[in-house]
Amino acid sequence: MEDIDFNSQTRKKSRRGEIWRRMKKNRIAMVGLFIFSAILLLTISADLITPYDKAITGSLADRLTPPSSSHWFGTDNYGRDIFARILHASRRSLVMGIGAVLVGITLGGLLGACAGYYGGRVDSVIMRIIDTVICIPFMLLVLAIVAALGPGLVNVLIALMISMIPTYTRVIRSAILTVVGQDYIEAAKSCGTPNRWIILKHVLPNAIGPIIVQATMTVGTMIIWAASTSFLGMGIQPPEPEWGAMLAESKDYMLTAPYMVMFPGFAIALTALSLNLMGDGLRDALDPRLKD
Amino acid sequence: MAPLLRTVDLKKHFGVRGGTLHAVDGINIEIERGHTLGVVGESGCGKSTLGRIVLRLLEPTSGEVWFEGEDILRYRAAEINRVRRQMQIIFQDPFSSLNPRMSVYEIIAEPLQMNRECAGKEMERRITRLMDIVGIARRFVNSYPHEMDGGRRQRVGIARALALNPKFIVCDEPVSALDVSIQAQILNLLMDLQDDMRLTYMFITHDLSVVKHISDDIAVMYLGQCVERCPSDELFRNPLHPYTRALLAAIPSPKHRNAGKRALIRGEVSDPIDPKPTCRFAPRCEACSDTCLAGDTPLVEHAPGHFIACTLYQKSKTDGSCLKV
Repeated sequence: MEDIDFNSQTRKKSRRGEIWRRMKKNRIAMVGLFIFSAILLLTISADLITPYDKAITGSLADRLTPPSSSHWFGTDNYGRDIFARILHASRRSLVMGIGAVLVGITLGGLLGACAGYYGGRVDSVIMRIIDTVICIPFMLLVLAIVAALGPGLVNVLIALMISMIPTYTRVIRSAILTVVGQDYIEAAKSCGTPNRWIILKHVLPNAIGPIIVQATMTVGTMIIWAASTSFLGMGIQPPEPEWGAMLAESKDYMLTAPYMVMFPGFAIALTALSLNLMGDGLRDALDPRLKD
Repeated sequence: MAPLLRTVDLKKHFGVRGGTLHAVDGINIEIERGHTLGVVGESGCGKSTLGRIVLRLLEPTSGEVWFEGEDILRYRAAEINRVRRQMQIIFQDPFSSLNPRMSVYEIIAEPLQMNRECAGKEMERRITRLMDIVGIARRFVNSYPHEMDGGRRQRVGIARALALNPKFIVCDEPVSALDVSIQAQILNLLMDLQDDMRLTYMFITHDLSVVKHISDDIAVMYLGQCVERCPSDELFRNPLHPYTRALLAAIPSPKHRNAGKRALIRGEVSDPIDPKPTCRFAPRCEACSDTCLAGDTPLVEHAPGHFIACTLYQKSKTDGSCLKV
C-alpha cells in the first residue's frame, strides 16, 4: 500500500509550501520580490540611515546641486537632500499606493463578487450605483471626498480607496462571471455549501488572476494620484516628503536639474515594477494547472 | 410502495426577450426506489432543466416535487439542505464540474466538511473508502483535476456525489463527454453502485443506446413535455409515439436490412418560446391530423404502465374506438 500523508495539518502547510516552491522557481518574480523587500527594508530603516531633519531642512546655499558624494541624489530647489527625502517619503508613498489598492480591491472585490455571483436584482442595483459613481471623473471624485473630509494624508487615502472601488468592482465582476457558469459551483450548491463559502472557496480563487494583475498595476497609479492631491494642496503638506509630491515640485526644474525629477520617478517606477513582477509570479504560482 | 420521487405538472418558464421560454412544460414523472428512469430527448428539450428543478438547483414556475412523501418545494432555502443530502448530481462535463484549484481530496471532502459529517482521521478514512469504491487509485489523492483523464475525473465527480450517502442521484449526461471505452466503465460503475448502495437514478441522456443499457423506465421528452413514458423493454419493443419511433430508427444498426426503412424526422425543433397550444411535435409529424392542432395533447395511460401523449392513441370522443397506425 502506498504511504499517503493524510494529516490535515501537514496538508495545509504543504499547500502553502507548494505555492512558495513554485514561486521560487519563477526567477523574474523573485527579482520583483527582492527589489520590493529592499524597498521595504529601506523604508523601515530610513531613520537609521539618515535623520528625518535632513529630509525637511536644507541650506539655500546648496540648492540644485547635482548628485555628488555628499548628496547622492543631489539637492532640490530648497537645498534639501533628495536621497534623504526619497527615503523618508517611501513610508507615505507606500502606504498611499498599497493601502489604497488593498482596501479598494477588498471592498470592490466583495461588491463585484456579490454582483457577479448573485446576478439578477443584486447585480442590477450594485452595478447601477457603480455606473453612477464611475460617471464622475476620478480626480473630481477624489477632490470632492477630500474637500468633504478635509485635507490630510489619511483623508486622501480614504478618498483614493473609495474612488477606486467602482473600477475594481467592474473588473472583478467580469472575472467572476467567467466562473459562475461552471458546473462545480452548482455541485457545491447541491452538497449544501453556503453561498459565502462558494464565493470564497470556488469563485474568488478561480478569478484571482485578473484581480492580482489589476491590483499590482494600480499601485503606481495610486502614488501619482496621491501626488496630484498634494499638488493641489490637499494631501501631503509641505515640507513633508512624498514621492509624487516631489515629482510635482520638480516640474519647473526639469530641464536645469533633471535629477530632481529622475529619482522620485525612478522610486515610483521601481516600486510599481517590483509589485507587478511579484503579482505575475504569485498569479502563476497560485494556479495548479501551471505546475512545472 | 410509494415512488421515491414524483413530480406533478412541473413547469419551468424563463422570461426571455420576445416571450416566455417553456423549458419544462407540465412534466409528470415517477421513479421507484432503486430504479433508474432514463430521460431522453434532443438537446434543448428541457432534460437538464428538469434534473436541476428536481434537486431545486432551479426554482420551478409551478408544480410539485415529492421526494419520500414530502413536497420539497415547500421547504425554505435553509431547510432544503436536509433533503439535498439525499439527492446529488453527476455532471456531464468532467472538466467544468471539478474546481481546478482543488485537489481530489479537497473535492471529495467538501460535502463532508460542509455537512459537518466527520473530521480528522474519520474523514481521511471515508475519503479513502470513497476513492476505493469509485476506483481511483489512492496515489491520486493529492492530484489536481487537470492531471487526470476524463474517466478518472468523472469518477471523482461520482465520489463527491456519493460522499453523503444519497438515496437519489441525477446523472446529467454523465458519459456523453467520455470516450466510448470509458463510457462503458462508468456505466458499469454506476450500475454496480446502484446495486450495492440501493441508489435511485434519474439518468438524463440523448444517447438511446446508453439509456437502454441502464434504465428500468424511460421518459421521452420533446420541447419541455413528456411524450412517452414506459418500461425500458416496452419502449424498445413497442414504441408508439411517432417521435419515439423516429428516435429509435436513428440508432445506427449493424444490420443492413433495417437501413432501408428508417423513419426520418424532417424540419427542426420548433420554437420553445411561447409555443402554440397544439401537440408540440405536430409540425414535424407524419401522422399529424386536425386533432393534433386542436389543443395540447395530454399524457394518458394507453396500456398498463405505458403512457403516451399522442392523439393517435387516444380514444376519440365520437366513436370511442382507438385509432391505430
